[in-house]
Amino acid sequence: MRVLVAMSGGVDSAVAAARMVDAGHDVTGVHLALSKNPQSFRTGARGCCSLEDSHDARRAADMLGIPFYVWDLSDRFKADVVDDFLAEYEAGRTPNPCLRCNEKIKFAAVLERGVALGFDAIATGHYARVTRVGDEVQLRRATDAAKDQSYVLGVLNQEQLRRSLFPLAGTEKPQVRAEAAERGLYVAKKPDSHDICFIPDGDTAGYLNRHLGEADGDIVDESGAVVGRHTGSHQFTVGQRRGLRLGTPAADGQPRYVLGISPVANTVTVGPRESLTVRSMECIRPTWTGSARSGSWRGLVQVRAHGAAMPASITADGDRVRVELDEPAHGIAPGQAAVHYEGDLVIGAATIAATEGAGRAAA
Amino acid sequence: MADYRYYLDYAASAPLRPEVGVAMAAVAARAGNPSSLHGSGRVARAALEGAREQVAAAVGALPAEVVFTSGGTEADNIAVLGGVSSAWAREAGRTRLVTTSVEHPAVAEAATTLADRTRVVGVDDAGRLDEGEWMDALDGSVAVASAMWANNETGVIFDVASLAEAAHRAGAWAHSDGVQALGHVPVSFADSGLDLLSLSAHKVGGPVGVGALVVRRGLEPAPVMYGGGQERKLRSGTVSVALAVGFAAAAELAVAELAAEASRIGGLRERVVAAISGIEGARVNGEGTSPAICNATFAGLRADDLLLMLDAAGVDCSTGSACTAGVHRPSEVLLAMGRSEADASASVRFSFGWATTDDDVEALVGALPDAVGRARAAYAW
Repeated sequence: MRVLVAMSGGVDSAVAAARMVDAGHDVTGVHLALSKNPQSFRTGARGCCSLEDSHDARRAADMLGIPFYVWDLSDRFKADVVDDFLAEYEAGRTPNPCLRCNEKIKFAAVLERGVALGFDAIATGHYARVTRVGDEVQLRRATDAAKDQSYVLGVLNQEQLRRSLFPLAGTEKPQVRAEAAERGLYVAKKPDSHDICFIPDGDTAGYLNRHLGEADGDIVDESGAVVGRHTGSHQFTVGQRRGLRLGTPAADGQPRYVLGISPVANTVTVGPRESLTVRSMECIRPTWTGSARSGSWRGLVQVRAHGAAMPASITADGDRVRVELDEPAHGIAPGQAAVHYEGDLVIGAATIAATEGAGRAAA
Repeated sequence: MADYRYYLDYAASAPLRPEVGVAMAAVAARAGNPSSLHGSGRVARAALEGAREQVAAAVGALPAEVVFTSGGTEADNIAVLGGVSSAWAREAGRTRLVTTSVEHPAVAEAATTLADRTRVVGVDDAGRLDEGEWMDALDGSVAVASAMWANNETGVIFDVASLAEAAHRAGAWAHSDGVQALGHVPVSFADSGLDLLSLSAHKVGGPVGVGALVVRRGLEPAPVMYGGGQERKLRSGTVSVALAVGFAAAAELAVAELAAEASRIGGLRERVVAAISGIEGARVNGEGTSPAICNATFAGLRADDLLLMLDAAGVDCSTGSACTAGVHRPSEVLLAMGRSEADASASVRFSFGWATTDDDVEALVGALPDAVGRARAAYAW
């Protein structure tokens, strides 16, 4: 097969590329330039998008003896991922840009461009497994539970999965590093990347302030009483406790959490932890790894990259998916992706539009 | 991935001629600094000065006019920056550079350091210099006028003799970057009337890392780096005798073969031009070009994707323009020729040289239609 490997400059994708070469495929590496003005060097431990990362990816490709290209996807990344990220925060939601990038960039724009150029598949350094059952390709959790990235791949559909390869599927991270060292790859000890690649300093609130501006507003409690002020509702995430700087202490002296964000009124609602309790979620824009589901079934739901898989009853009806959790959970925010599993099998994903707690209907 | 490489990127670097390797090997292992007075130094100096005479003879210059440098980029920098910075000592008020909108970055980037002391003269859609604008730009404030001999992206040839004459009428020094001209078009420093001429070895089958600035006898541009004062105090640093010898051997061979090669390579270029004209939406850029370069725009694709497809078919070529972190930018040369950003990003350079064969060109001609088709299909993404 002619295989395109997305090479970030990190150890995972370098080993993924090496394994594709070992498997006898005709492999070409591509590094995705996602930033218009990439920084020269990585800042701190975080990797991705800097010129140094591009160099690291090229060096790995050269050592493997494979062609290597840098594809400039900065315009598309800005339109499909960064602008969406900002719009979601502006609307009071909490998006996951990595899912969006996989859905719109890596397994869409890059894959399609590759297919047009005659490639049969794309391979990445994601920790996830694909298995084939008859004609169907199934997406499953990786063997290394701590590194499992099936959550951020949960938005892929059957067409995308058919042409996707995850060569690290059954390997644990320490083995990947050891293999990289054995192969003489310079990136063997390179730190893992974390957080959001286009916010390399990890300061999401600062990034949002710079891009969305500041707008003073009220922080209110559940009764509507003003208990503080803020400089921009986009700086808050449902479930957040720190940095609220509330002037008026709660009557019961208990810590308060962000319960909801109303961007139109520019208010942030805070309250006790109990009020964060979520029992059910309304989700929209479902995607399915296999054929579309309808009706009700029992399964597992995960709402963040390394969150727990929560048992739930799930009902799909066209463009809406309702999730009833067996056990109440905390800190679930609109905008997050709910990825559905059955055991380690990924069923699909949907965006959380609204959550309901005990006797409370939130944003 | 094809193992055999059909190499069509001579304008980037040509393969080393076997005779050059032999000539270099003969001197490379010897000890001796050509500046030393002892026996070993004398042997090194004899080889170096022999190389200088060979290069001079190949380009119609005097041996004393040949200043070895690390390559074309250094020669261009000395000519432009050293030429401008030394001008005040000759005549007050000569502080400016006139150059063209299609120069190699070695001149263009050096020119930007002179900020508003640089005036850039444009070209037409065929890459020809606006000679009227060139004349207008030249006055008593101009220290150096620099125009390349053969363009590194399009191969378009400027009439450097007439440009030099105009520069002289204004009292300015005339410089030309002749890196892509040597070995492909007749180059005579004396006949050109130039004051400064930049050359490079590895474009004609010599080693990478050596070139020369030919400096008219009696002229003293300022150095751009300082040290032991080698090479007429213009380029300090121990000269690599082996590289100079390699350069001399390559230059001599390239010039000796020029007439026959220009016609052979011109024939190969014609074959490529014919193949390009058979592809819808494709056009060859530039008129009056070197036989060694063929630059073409294939509307509706990314040059990178076409390079990837040709690379996979074993054909090596390039866009000819600079890239940032591996991302190709629209060609500044083609933008200067009035092309749109899209067209300037959809252009590829094929370049030929001493070892290019019919097979190399046939491999390109065979692979091109499918490669263009696929790159166009990929353009939607």
